[in-house]
Amino acid sequence: MSLFNIFDISGSAMTAQSQRLNTVASNLANADSTTSADGKTYRAKQVVFSTVPMGGAGGAGVRVAAVVEDASPLKKQYEPAHPMADEQGYVTMPNVNVVEEMVNMISASRSYQNNVDVMNTSKSMLLKTLTIGQ
Amino acid sequence: MTSEIDRALQFNRTALNILAERQGLLAANIANADTPSFKARDIDFASALKNALSNETTKLTANSTVPLTHTAPKHLGGQAGESIMGAPVMYRNVLQPSADGNTVDMDRERAQFADNAVRYEASLKFIDSKIKGILSAIQG
Repeated sequence: MSLFNIFDISGSAMTAQSQRLNTVASNLANADSTTSADGKTYRAKQVVFSTVPMGGAGGAGVRVAAVVEDASPLKKQYEPAHPMADEQGYVTMPNVNVVEEMVNMISASRSYQNNVDVMNTSKSMLLKTLTIGQ
Repeated sequence: MTSEIDRALQFNRTALNILAERQGLLAANIANADTPSFKARDIDFASALKNALSNETTKLTANSTVPLTHTAPKHLGGQAGESIMGAPVMYRNVLQPSADGNTVDMDRERAQFADNAVRYEASLKFIDSKIKGILSAIQG
């Protein structure tokens, strides 16, 4: 494993974190979507990370193994005037937890920044290595 | 064949190689900070350096093999865990375990990463000044 592998490792983590940020964006955007393309109420989506070997001994990148739907129950809201309301006047709302999503968002962006930092440090190390003997 | 110049640079060159490898390990730890069940890993720099200097022929990322007795043709070779310069890649002791089984402590990893980067640059400086010394000896 050379210093160049760090770009692959951090790059894979950045891809994974941005995908996580994407699902957060989609969850927040659809926090009130009572219907989706398949006619059912929107369910919150979560990414599952897994480690993938990369670049020799000890190298470990990240990939998104799966995007799973949140299995927690959908919320019922009493709104008889709503066009999607059932006979009792309840509307099925998505199970998006906005607070949880905000926390997820901050966590993802911090992890992303960490990996950018790692990349920058490795880049300056490589550039300094190139100046040996000059 | 090792020349005088080669010998002069060997120590720092070896140290630089190990530091670069360790930087990769720490980068992997930071990359996997949110991966469930990931165990943070590191090497013991001192033993890696000692190993590498005592055995110059050690390959950069040679996996050390433990010889096992084969009593049947289908027995497996018995590969030891990953190693860097003959020093085994070990798992970190957990200070604050998390519920998902991940053992990456971001503060610790970032500190080690910065520390390792500075050491790398220090090694570079040493090599650089040695080369400058040799050059001035040649050119007068």
